[in-house]
Amino acid sequence: MSDPASVVSEDAFLRPILAVAAKDLRLELRGKTGLLSAVMFAALVLIIFNFSRDITLVSNVDFAPSVLWVTFAFGSVVTLNRAFHLERENAAFDGLRLAPVSRSSIYLGKLLANLVFAGIMELVTVPLFILFFDVSMGRAWLGVAGVTALATIGFVSVGTVFSAMVVRTRFAELMLPVLLLPFMVPPLIGATQATTRLLAGRPLSELWGWLRLLALFDIVFVTLCALTFWAVVDE
Amino acid sequence: MQLAEVPLLEARRLERRFGVSPILRGLDFTLQRGDVLLVVGENGTGKTTLLRLLAGLLRPTAGQVLFQGTPLQSSDPAGRRFTGLLSHQSHMYDELTLRENLVFAARLHGLENPGKLIDSAISAAGLEARADDRLGRLSRGMLQRAAIARAFLHQPSLLLLDEPFTALDTASAERVRAWLAGQAASGHGIILVTHQPSEVWDLATHVGVLAAGRWGIFEPRPPNIADFDRRYREATRV
Amino acid sequence: MSTPSAGRSAIRNGLRLTLFGLCLLAGIYVLALHYTPMEIRQGLAQKIFYLHAPAAWSALLAFVFVGIVSVLYLWLQDPRLDLFAASSVEVGLVFCMVMLTTGPIWARPVWGTWWTWDPRLTLTLLLFFIFLGYLALRAALTDRSERARFSAVIGIMGLLLVPFIHLSVYLFRTMHPTPIVLKPSAPSLPPVMLTTLLASFGVATVLYIAFVMVRYGLALEAFAREEADLAA
Repeated sequence: MSDPASVVSEDAFLRPILAVAAKDLRLELRGKTGLLSAVMFAALVLIIFNFSRDITLVSNVDFAPSVLWVTFAFGSVVTLNRAFHLERENAAFDGLRLAPVSRSSIYLGKLLANLVFAGIMELVTVPLFILFFDVSMGRAWLGVAGVTALATIGFVSVGTVFSAMVVRTRFAELMLPVLLLPFMVPPLIGATQATTRLLAGRPLSELWGWLRLLALFDIVFVTLCALTFWAVVDE
Repeated sequence: MQLAEVPLLEARRLERRFGVSPILRGLDFTLQRGDVLLVVGENGTGKTTLLRLLAGLLRPTAGQVLFQGTPLQSSDPAGRRFTGLLSHQSHMYDELTLRENLVFAARLHGLENPGKLIDSAISAAGLEARADDRLGRLSRGMLQRAAIARAFLHQPSLLLLDEPFTALDTASAERVRAWLAGQAASGHGIILVTHQPSEVWDLATHVGVLAAGRWGIFEPRPPNIADFDRRYREATRV
Repeated sequence: MSTPSAGRSAIRNGLRLTLFGLCLLAGIYVLALHYTPMEIRQGLAQKIFYLHAPAAWSALLAFVFVGIVSVLYLWLQDPRLDLFAASSVEVGLVFCMVMLTTGPIWARPVWGTWWTWDPRLTLTLLLFFIFLGYLALRAALTDRSERARFSAVIGIMGLLLVPFIHLSVYLFRTMHPTPIVLKPSAPSLPPVMLTTLLASFGVATVLYIAFVMVRYGLALEAFAREEADLAA
C-alpha cells in the first residue's frame, strides 16, 4: 500500500488549530469589512452611552465599568458571526471536516481566531473609553487587561459554538444574541465587579473571588464546548 | 488475515435517511486496490450521498464503512487521512490564492514537504501562471482543475470523485483521465460518479447503478457500453 | 420505531396524573388558606409562597432533566430522548412563568416593589430565556437530526450554566428572604408551614411529571404520524 504524504507528528494537536486560526486571520485581513464594522460598532455604542445619562446625576466613575462591559459584551457578539459565515462559500467547511482533524481542533482554531478579533475590537475600544469617560486607569490597566482576557474567553467560547449553530438558520444575527446573552451573564457580572474594584484601587484580595469565578467559567466552558462541538458539525 | 486480502474499502448494509425518507437502503460492496468503480445514475438517486458517506462527511443511519478493515468513525480523524473527495464545491476560499488554499490544506493534513507537493500539484493542474491569483478570478475550468489539486493534495489511496469532468475542456479532461489511470495503476482505489460513463468507460473496472437506494446494477465493467446502456435504462425505469 | 399507541398511553396516563395532581393542588389551596397560620409580617401575601417556591422547584427540575436527557441523546442518538427533552423545556417554561408572575405579586405588598433582583428570581428569569431560546432555535431548524443535536448542546450547556448563574448572582446583595427551609440545622419555619410547603413541592413534582407525560405523548404521536406520512 502506498503511503500517503501525511504524517502524524508531535504537534498534531496544535497544528490544525493554528492553521485554522491563521487562515481566518488571513481572510479577515484581506476582506477587512467584518473587523472594521465590529470596531466601529463598539465605538458607536460607547458614544451612545454618553448620551444616555444625565452627566450631572451619574458620575463617570460610577458609570464607567458598566459602559465598558456592555460595550465589550455586544462588541464580542458582533465579531462572532464572521467565523462560520465565511465557511459557507464553496462549502469550505466540508474541506475542514474532510481533513484528518478532530472536531475539537476545529473548534479551538475558530475560538482562537474569534479571540483575536474580539481582542482587536477591545484594544481599539479601550483608548476611546479612557478618552470619552475621562477614566484614569493608572496601574490598574494590567488588572483590567487580565479581567478582559478572562471574560472575553468566557463570552467567545460559548459564542463560537452558538454561532456555528445559528449560521444554519435564517436570522442568524438575531438568534445568536438571543441564545448567547444568558450565557454571558456570569462572566459579565464577574468582569464588571472586578473592573469596578480595580478602577477604585481596591486591593487584590477583594478581586480574588471574581477572578476565580471568571477562570472557572472559562475552564468549564472551553472544555465543554470543545467536547460537544462534534454534535454541531457532524451530519 | 493478510494485509493483501483486506479490501481497500468495504460498505456493509449502508443506509442513510434524510429526515425520514431513505436515500440509501442497504448498500453492500467492496473495492480492491486498483479498482475503478463508476457510479452512474439519475440525479437524486443518492450518488453524492454515497460519496459523502464514504468520505466520512455523513454518518450512516445504519451499516458501516470499513477502510482497510477498520470501521470509519467520525470521532477518529485518522481514518480520513487516506481518502480524498472531489465534490461539486471546491472547498476553497475565493479570497485566497490557489497556493494559499493549498498551503492551508497541507497544514490541515499535516503533510511533510508541503512545498514540493504543492508545486507538483499546481503544475499537474497546469495552473502555474495563476497560482498566485485570488481564486475568485479563475475561470470555471481552472477552478475545477484547482479543486482537483486541492482534493487530492495529500495523495490518498482512495479517491472519490463527483463528476470530475464538469467544466473541463477536452485537453484538461484528457490530462485528468491520464492522471486517474496512473492513480489506479499505482494501486489506489477510485470511485467516480458520472452522468456520462462514456468519458471514462475504458478506465473503469466496475460499474454500479443506484436505483431506489440500492444497487440496480453492480458488476465488472462490460466491454460494450451500448449493451450496458440498454440494461441501465431497464434498471432505472420507474 | 415508536407506535402511536405508545404516545396515546403516555397521554392517557399523563392526563390521569394531571387530574390527580390538580386535586392535590386543590388540597394545597385548602391547606394553605385554612389550616396554615398567617405569617405575621407578610400577611396574606405570604401564602403565594406555596405556589411560588414549588414552581421554581419544578422549573429547575425541568431544566436538570433537559440537561441529563440531552447528554443521553448525544450518547444514544434516540430521537425519543430529544422529544422528551423538548417536552420538559415547554413544561419548564410554564413553571418559570408561574414563578415569575407570583414573584412580583408577592413582592409588591411585602417589599413595596414589583421586581427584586434576588438570586432565585434572576436565575429563573435567565432559565426562562434559555428555554425560550431553545424553542426558538428548534423552530428555526427543519432537519430533525440537526434540531435534536443542537437542542442537546444547548441543554447541556444550560445545565452547566446554572451553578455559575447561582454563584455570580448570589454574590450580589439580595432582597429575597434568606433560605429558611434548606438550613443545615432545623428549618426555621413552624412545622405546619413547613408541611404545607413540602407538600406543595411534592404536588409541583407530580404536576411536572404529569405535564411532561402528556406533552411527550403528544410529541410521540406527532412523530409517529410524520414517519407514517413520509413512509407512505
